[in-house]
Amino acid sequence: MSLTQTAEEQAAFEIEEFLATEQQKDLLRFSTAGSVDDGKSTLIGRLLYDSRNVYEDHVRSVTRSSGGSAAPSIDFALLTDGLRAEREQGITIDVAYRFFSTARRKFIIADTPGHEQYTRNMATGASTADLAIILVDARKGILTQSRRHAYIAALLGIPRVVAAINKMDLVDYSEEVFDRLSRDFAALAERVGLASYELIPISALEGDNVVRGSERMPWYEGPSLLEYLENVEVAGRNSEAPFRLPVQRVMRPDQNFRGFAGQIAAGTIRPGDRIVALPSGRTSLVERIVTFDRDLKSASAPLSVTLTLEDELDISRGDLIAAVDAQPAVTNHFAASAVWLHAQPLALHKRYLLKHASHVVSARVRAVRHRVNIETLETQAATALELNGIGEIEVETDRPILADLYGESRMTGSFILIDPASNATVGAGMIRQVLATAVDEEQPPRIALAGRALVEELEARLLELDYPVVRTRVTDHGIWRALHEAKVVVLVETDESPQVVTGDFIPEPVAEASVDALLAALEVGNAKERV
Amino acid sequence: MASATLPEIPVYNDSASRLSHLKQLEAESIHIFREVASEFEKPVMLYSIGKDSSVMLRLAQKAFYPGPIPFPLLHVDTGYKFREMLEFRDNYTRELGLELLVWRNEGALAEGANPVKLGTQRCCGLLKTTALLDALRHYGFDAAFGGARRDEEKSRAKERIYSFRDKAGQWDPKAQRPELWNLYNSRIGPGESIRVFPLSNWTELDIWHYIHLEDIPIVPLYFAKERRMLVRGDSLIPTEQSFVQGLAGEEQMVRCRLRSLGCSPCTGAIRSDADTLPKIIAELVSFRSSERANRVIDHDQDGSMEIKKREGYF
Repeated sequence: MSLTQTAEEQAAFEIEEFLATEQQKDLLRFSTAGSVDDGKSTLIGRLLYDSRNVYEDHVRSVTRSSGGSAAPSIDFALLTDGLRAEREQGITIDVAYRFFSTARRKFIIADTPGHEQYTRNMATGASTADLAIILVDARKGILTQSRRHAYIAALLGIPRVVAAINKMDLVDYSEEVFDRLSRDFAALAERVGLASYELIPISALEGDNVVRGSERMPWYEGPSLLEYLENVEVAGRNSEAPFRLPVQRVMRPDQNFRGFAGQIAAGTIRPGDRIVALPSGRTSLVERIVTFDRDLKSASAPLSVTLTLEDELDISRGDLIAAVDAQPAVTNHFAASAVWLHAQPLALHKRYLLKHASHVVSARVRAVRHRVNIETLETQAATALELNGIGEIEVETDRPILADLYGESRMTGSFILIDPASNATVGAGMIRQVLATAVDEEQPPRIALAGRALVEELEARLLELDYPVVRTRVTDHGIWRALHEAKVVVLVETDESPQVVTGDFIPEPVAEASVDALLAALEVGNAKERV
Repeated sequence: MASATLPEIPVYNDSASRLSHLKQLEAESIHIFREVASEFEKPVMLYSIGKDSSVMLRLAQKAFYPGPIPFPLLHVDTGYKFREMLEFRDNYTRELGLELLVWRNEGALAEGANPVKLGTQRCCGLLKTTALLDALRHYGFDAAFGGARRDEEKSRAKERIYSFRDKAGQWDPKAQRPELWNLYNSRIGPGESIRVFPLSNWTELDIWHYIHLEDIPIVPLYFAKERRMLVRGDSLIPTEQSFVQGLAGEEQMVRCRLRSLGCSPCTGAIRSDADTLPKIIAELVSFRSSERANRVIDHDQDGSMEIKKREGYF
């Protein structure tokens, strides 16, 4: 009886200890990408199995009896690989999220099969990753697949990268092979702009350096893959970056409380800190950091909180609360890296909806600066981006957004584009450069009034120059204004002498009744240069 | 700002720069709740009374504190839920002052729909799926929170946080919207809707651990005690419904508990001594068998279990 009690007490103690450890765990999100044969599924299966994160019934379901007297072997790939099954059923896995944890950390794997739509899927998986594992086949060296993944990891700003040189068992655990591939990877990393990375020689199939170290590679003194994943400092959480809180919701349960709720995108905040509300630019002090549990003395990204301020500021959803001494740009014009996610290609000047932080605005892509060939990593001139295309674009929004550069803040430097006609998410962008405020608001109207013959001649010339043109007899200023806002040149047929409409929508006569004089007055030449 | 030189101020048990995984998951879920409540006209929370629903409810309270939860709860009642679940549902929602909507497929129930008569698949189709779609249409909800997690089984691993449904309420796994960063696309056309899964990145262990840490009330059926069961092979089948009939000697008192809650005829219990949360967690950690493996019959709205059955999973 007393023995049983001791065992029970022991068990109780162990679970308390377990819960205490569990509570101290942090979270690391990493991405993997790869196709059926490169050992990725085997690697994930091995990580899960060797760290005891696989349920017994799952193991039973993937254990193959090898026949005869040989022990049954586990097909690690099948533990995680929905791919084979799904392919048979004609369903496409795009991004699959898997979970495991060790005594130190909880891990979320964003796994992309990479067999089709690889760019779109890898980018999706990479967007939330703290770390990327790039698999390199020791026999084949750095192939397209590894190159793509490295490029996307760099593009999406994944703070850490591990190059796992896999299938070392098939190259006799050769140090020379590892050294050669390490040099090759260093060259790739420099080319795509990966700042820091770790190289680990592994065999997912045999388990070398996956969870435990390997006696078969005594020349390698670094950590096993899991040791590295468990101990690497999670970068990019931004708790020391300038404060950013995109306001999701104004909390006003009664007249005495007015709080601004959101998830801290970057930085740390404390009561008494001075903040600025954007775009209004009004400043105030943080009064309280309110949560359900209690008021906090300090809160950092990525906590979700509600702030109250000392002053009554007019702040609504879509606004941003930021550190006064390091504010984001208030801009409606910026350059961004873009990944195109939809079969309908990017169209210049088409209206898209742009979602940035908690803000949705109307946007147009004014230019594609270039496209990147992901196979060769070379840039090419382009006027559009196709599905899975990557490039650099210039975006103009109808209202300003509160933009950070993606390299400085992932959460306030990223956006998605939505097609308002289909509601599909068509593109993803990372802000690289804030451009001078787009001048379209200041662009004077391009409206000319003239006789029918002159209007016809003008129309032909303008169409030749690729301008959108509308002919009308309407003289209503409201309609002129609407057409101007739609960025078309308006040609109004009139019986009076030729006139051009200026900034205040007041027609003014043109000195000479000729097409050239009218074109000059419309400033189309200048505008063309700007485009 | 020289924040690096300031002393670290603790937030809960962690330094400001290192949040526990549960605090990070909580922050992510709260963000999702606030985003949906702000961008949709008429959201609703699907409330199944289970442990995941209990966690969702707590997260929703946190998301809108100090205000109330700005949407109602919808329970799709198949008519075969455990009595203890319904008691818990009514008491708990009353205590929290929540608006609770209950929807039953009364037509099918009047015709005597039950799993023994119809088979589980048709029964689920009528009493769960049809009832849910009818309720969503009846009230005109455009977003519905659900407690599904990606770790529950393989085909759920790829489910989005915002899962788009067409006018018929159906899911097209080939036409899911890509989801990057924490930027969710809430645009829908008339009659279309979004299912939202704020617990996507939680695991079963996370759920239990959070319930323990936060002291969240759950249905007593989760805790071990002596219960009347049909013992059939390794399965323990609850006997609440009269159409569940045992053979001679099958009906026994067994110390057991439920790992997941469903309809009483189709939810198996497991033999267990775990009558506290730490014991449940200890059991979970040592058992290493997936929670769904303990269901007598699995039933799932998105039909993925159908595929599993063809594979001979059960």
